[in-house]
Amino acid sequence: MVLVYSDNEKLMKELLAKARELADGLGKKVTAVVVGSGEAADELIRYGADRVIVAEGGPGAFKAEEYADILTGAIEETGSRIVLIGSTKSGKELASRLGGKLGAGCMIDCNRVFLDSGELTVERGVYSGNAVSVERFNSDIKIATVPGKAFDPLEKDDGRSGEVERKTYQIGEYASVVARVQEMVSQGVNVEDAEIIVSAGRGLKNREDLKMIEELAEAIKGYTLGCSRPIAADLKWLPEDNWIGLSGHKVKPKLYIACGISGQIQHIAGMRDSSIIVAINKDADAPIFKSADYGIVGDIYKVVPRLIEELKNQ
Amino acid sequence: MNIIVCAKQVVDVSEVKVDPSTNKPVLTGIPKKISDIDKNAVEEAIRIKEKAGSGKITTITVGPPDAKEKIKELLAMGVDEGVLIPAPEEFDYHVVSSLLAGAIEKIGEYDLILCGEASIDMFSGQMGPRIAGILNIPQITYALKIDASEDRVVAERNMGDNMVTTESTYPALVTVTKEINEPRLPSLMQILGAARKPIHDWSAEDVGKAGLSTMTRTLDVRGVPMERKNITFKEDLDEAVPKMVEMLAKDGVLN
Ligand SMILES: Cc1cc2nc3c(=O)[nH]c(=O)nc-3n(C[C@H](O)[C@@H](O)[C@H](O)COP(=O)(O)OP(=O)(O)OC[C@H]3O[C@@H](n4cnc5c(N)ncnc54)[C@H](O)[C@@H]3O)c2cc1C
Ligand SMILES: Cc1cc2nc3c(=O)[nH]c(=O)nc-3n(C[C@H](O)[C@H](O)[C@H](O)COP(=O)(O)OP(=O)(O)OC[C@H]3O[C@@H](n4cnc5c(N)ncnc54)[C@H](O)[C@@H]3O)c2cc1C
Repeated sequence: MVLVYSDNEKLMKELLAKARELADGLGKKVTAVVVGSGEAADELIRYGADRVIVAEGGPGAFKAEEYADILTGAIEETGSRIVLIGSTKSGKELASRLGGKLGAGCMIDCNRVFLDSGELTVERGVYSGNAVSVERFNSDIKIATVPGKAFDPLEKDDGRSGEVERKTYQIGEYASVVARVQEMVSQGVNVEDAEIIVSAGRGLKNREDLKMIEELAEAIKGYTLGCSRPIAADLKWLPEDNWIGLSGHKVKPKLYIACGISGQIQHIAGMRDSSIIVAINKDADAPIFKSADYGIVGDIYKVVPRLIEELKNQ
Repeated sequence: MNIIVCAKQVVDVSEVKVDPSTNKPVLTGIPKKISDIDKNAVEEAIRIKEKAGSGKITTITVGPPDAKEKIKELLAMGVDEGVLIPAPEEFDYHVVSSLLAGAIEKIGEYDLILCGEASIDMFSGQMGPRIAGILNIPQITYALKIDASEDRVVAERNMGDNMVTTESTYPALVTVTKEINEPRLPSLMQILGAARKPIHDWSAEDVGKAGLSTMTRTLDVRGVPMERKNITFKEDLDEAVPKMVEMLAKDGVLN
């Protein structure tokens, strides 16, 4: 049995496609687990699940402690040996806790998951994008988390059938309480699909100056804004959607322009697959220049307006 | 307030290069350090202890003997005691988390366990929640802010799409983000004073976890080299900008 769980519907469908492939290769079945009302349960059958378990959740918002108990129940009942979980922040903490609880091998952020001579094999980036490690499992239960867009979902097949069951698993009592959940404002920006990204870093003096960066992005068609971690996480000038790097989004546009970004390895990890990288930084020794195709040493407040002008003349 | 911080020694990833002849990352001769976010965890532990007015901070590291030098930096910052457990010849998340959990149980009296959100070299963020799973205690991940009072901890967490506030009584395990604080630089006096603080050598047997075996194995580590043109313009903007735009147009990336 291959078990699949994600709190993100889109990711769940991507995982189902991979789970289907693994299960078919091993002659096993795919179980998807959803927690709560289970409105979309039938839909998951159409995207590749043989069985959907709609598990009763805890009393409040998501808690990894409770979800790890739910998944433990589902794994035991279905005899699942491969567990695929979506690599959202909550998915990762859930998978890791489950690994600890079950003493199982767990691999986080696997970009590739495949069978090699019938053995589950995964690949993940290490050393901040400088290397890929290829891993296998020694444990009976094998857990892997997978980020978005690693796999394409299957085409929806309205003819597929399967069972949907409601279950209640035993959930432990934990002293933690989720007191508040505040949704972050999302502008629905999708940096992963962007062809051209103009990114801002701490070289920006004020939030208002983002306008200048936006203008540059507009001057080149394919308008998408990116940023370094401090702009999103410390200053909160831009939402999480725009955060690029090891702990943010991984992007691969044909053109990436870094404005006032020093080019620390954790930022590079998120944009190293770009076709062409341009850097604008006033410090000639900034590491970003080593990772750039074209670099201009200069003040962004002078270079960016000049660049906008030049692009408009094109 | 007794706090345990798990701190890992890592290779400085910004120095890691890929050898083009073997296509492997070169790891020998690379400087080592305490993983960045683990220093944030230590800083937070010190602030919590200072606010509480009493208590003890212990760091635990699973790693090679040379990690002792780096643990001293944490003692200088304000940690009371260090623990070093040698990594077995073969180790993985299961082995390391089991050793850390064993050491935590051996210490016994603790309110909070702090870990980094993830290490800078492997960056999996697995260890904290894994330990919490082994110990069967609450886990609070990705904390941007911690308020630890006498009987409970409240944390604001960056969960990506959501900001979540979670609270718990003790014991609890919290993983912290880089944004939570700015780790202090110890003074010369503190560095000298750290020499008197103990670093305990504990074995796997000492923490009740002898004979662990790995649950994952690495088949291969392949370098991912990055080739760039590295053309840098330092001259007058009126020359540099048009030149670069022309090159970009030639590369076909402007439309
Ligand atoms: C190619 C490759 C190379 C590896 N090299 C190493 C290596 O050089 N060193 C190594 O330890 N493991 C190594 N491992 C093993 C494996 O990554 C884990 O066992 C590792 O110790 C912790 O995983 P992580 O770095 O992803 O930690 P994460 O789960 O990202 O760490 C989160 C937090 O857990 C705590 N923590 C994690 N590890 C330790 C530790 N050892 N001691 C104390 N606290 C810790 C810290 O608070 C840290 O911030 C390697 C694995 C692979 C695939
Ligand atoms: C585990 C971990 C994960 C991380 N994940 C990420 C991640 O996902 N993404 C990420 O971005 N970072 C990440 N970081 C942080 C990363 O290490 C850097 O701290 C961060 O990328 C720096 O952002 P920055 O370049 O905007 O700021 P800084 O490093 O402060 O650089 C600002 C740059 O702007 C230049 N500058 C200043 N003024 C001007 C001007 N007027 N004109 C031109 N240039 C100017 C300066 O010369 C400098 O180079 C992570 C760190 C850790 C430890």
